[in-house]
Amino acid sequence: MLELNAVSKLFNPGTPDEKIALIDIRLKLNPGDFVTVIGSNGAGKSTLMNVISGVMKPDLGEVRIDGTSISRLPEFKRSRWVGRVFQDPMAGTAPTMTIEENLAMAYRRGKPRGLSWGVSAARRKLFREQLQRLGLGLEHRLKAKVGMLSGGERQALSLLMASFTKPDILLLDEHTAALDPARAELITKLTEQIVRDMKLTTLMVTHNMEQAIRLGNRLIMMDKGRIILDIPESRKQDLTVAQLLGEFERISGHKMADDRVVLG
Amino acid sequence: MFQSLTGAVELGLMYALLALGVYITFRILDFPDLTVDGSFATGGAVAAVMISNGYAAWIATLLAFACGLAAGAITGLLHTKGKINGLLSGILMMIALYSINIRILGKPNISLIDAKTLFSSIASKTWLYILVLAVVILVIKTLLDAFLHTDRGLSLRATGDNKRMIRSLGGNTDTSIVLGISLANGLVAISGALVAQDTGFADVNMGVGMIVIGLASVIIGEAIVGTRSVFWATLAVIVGSIVYRIVLALAYRAEWLHLKSTDLKLITALIVIVALVIPTINRYYKQKSLARRRTAELAAAARGKGAI
Repeated sequence: MLELNAVSKLFNPGTPDEKIALIDIRLKLNPGDFVTVIGSNGAGKSTLMNVISGVMKPDLGEVRIDGTSISRLPEFKRSRWVGRVFQDPMAGTAPTMTIEENLAMAYRRGKPRGLSWGVSAARRKLFREQLQRLGLGLEHRLKAKVGMLSGGERQALSLLMASFTKPDILLLDEHTAALDPARAELITKLTEQIVRDMKLTTLMVTHNMEQAIRLGNRLIMMDKGRIILDIPESRKQDLTVAQLLGEFERISGHKMADDRVVLG
Repeated sequence: MFQSLTGAVELGLMYALLALGVYITFRILDFPDLTVDGSFATGGAVAAVMISNGYAAWIATLLAFACGLAAGAITGLLHTKGKINGLLSGILMMIALYSINIRILGKPNISLIDAKTLFSSIASKTWLYILVLAVVILVIKTLLDAFLHTDRGLSLRATGDNKRMIRSLGGNTDTSIVLGISLANGLVAISGALVAQDTGFADVNMGVGMIVIGLASVIIGEAIVGTRSVFWATLAVIVGSIVYRIVLALAYRAEWLHLKSTDLKLITALIVIVALVIPTINRYYKQKSLARRRTAELAAAARGKGAI
């Protein structure tokens, strides 16, 4: 489904701040894989997301989805295959527009945007059904401006907008990190449910070790621009947070340094 | 008195298209487009030259629209593809248009006094004139509202609201910016064409200060009508344009103010400054008193629980 072939990315080339963010990343996701990604500060997790979604283009290597090379395509063209939820709950929705208008824009993912009504009667019905899956009552507030919603509600809407058109790849970039624990738990539950129901191939960055172990069928660990550990489902099931941290220290030679890391 | 008021309404309606253009760039796209000063005169110049050469007034007005679209598109391309700062793109285009407008006119101004314009047959019937203008402006407003609710229009609005989001959903923000600025300047050029036909002449300097007049209309309208939805926001802009003209007419009638017609731009600038500063001050004090009240409440609640 998703394939990264020897992908490398350098920041600020030729300056004193030069920093290699990704080195020779090789990663292959099978259809239906739900992979969690952990790693210390500056490990390259967000860069990995950006290189896949097209916010950045790799300096070397190639990104393929379903056999098509997409490395040279700009972000807005890649969105045909890639759905994404950002860490910042404000980032994934347009605040001055209504809930149904936001969904209408997501509905046209990867399709031409012409002069059809953004919100037709048929589309509104679909949006209402989709919103019901969130269980937040947003289906009764279709005409409310998104800026009036709470951070948790906005993130739930972002998650729905990123996923309901069934993209080939769903990227979740620490999408629960900016929320309080109760709302983070709600979004995590919704994520699990949506990914399962729609059988989405998913890559989720998280700083929550316990979450990384509990969710998904595969776990990868990154450090200094490399993937240092790739744990398959069979081993992941009875992994503990302590073991995971131990593995990290053993392979990387240093402690997991992340000021936001949550152990579980 | 009455005559100057109906005159103000007429002007307000004609300049409403200018204000709608400024609304599209400043408010929807969040792009400070200064092309407007040039494209307004371009619209007037194109219409005046065509009409004085015997073309039908409606064809002249349509061509003015097309020229405005082109001017705006170039500003948009300078900004998106040429990566030139937004403000500077507009200024560059405005300056370039000054020379182009003189080329179009062939001389600094053209008179249309005896020519057959869109308004020739109704200009003397005040109420009919206002009615026809109002209908035309409302039709254009409705078309614009409709466009802003299509897939393409939603993408345009989101470009001003949250670029990152619409890009991640597959919207091309560069296309939206070019389209929006183009459409805005098309409307501004129609406004210039209408004003030239109403006043009976086109002048290379007729566009000077239009951006501020447009902005004043937008701000006044938003303060009076509000911006609950696209429908109300565009209506607000039209109302703002008319109210602005009425305020000016009243100011000029107040003889004790000793205003000269050349003071127009100073007054406009003052209106915009006041309209921008008052809400900021208001917000500051509201926020401050709210913060004080809520903190006191929360502190009292904490004391009640014995936390202190």
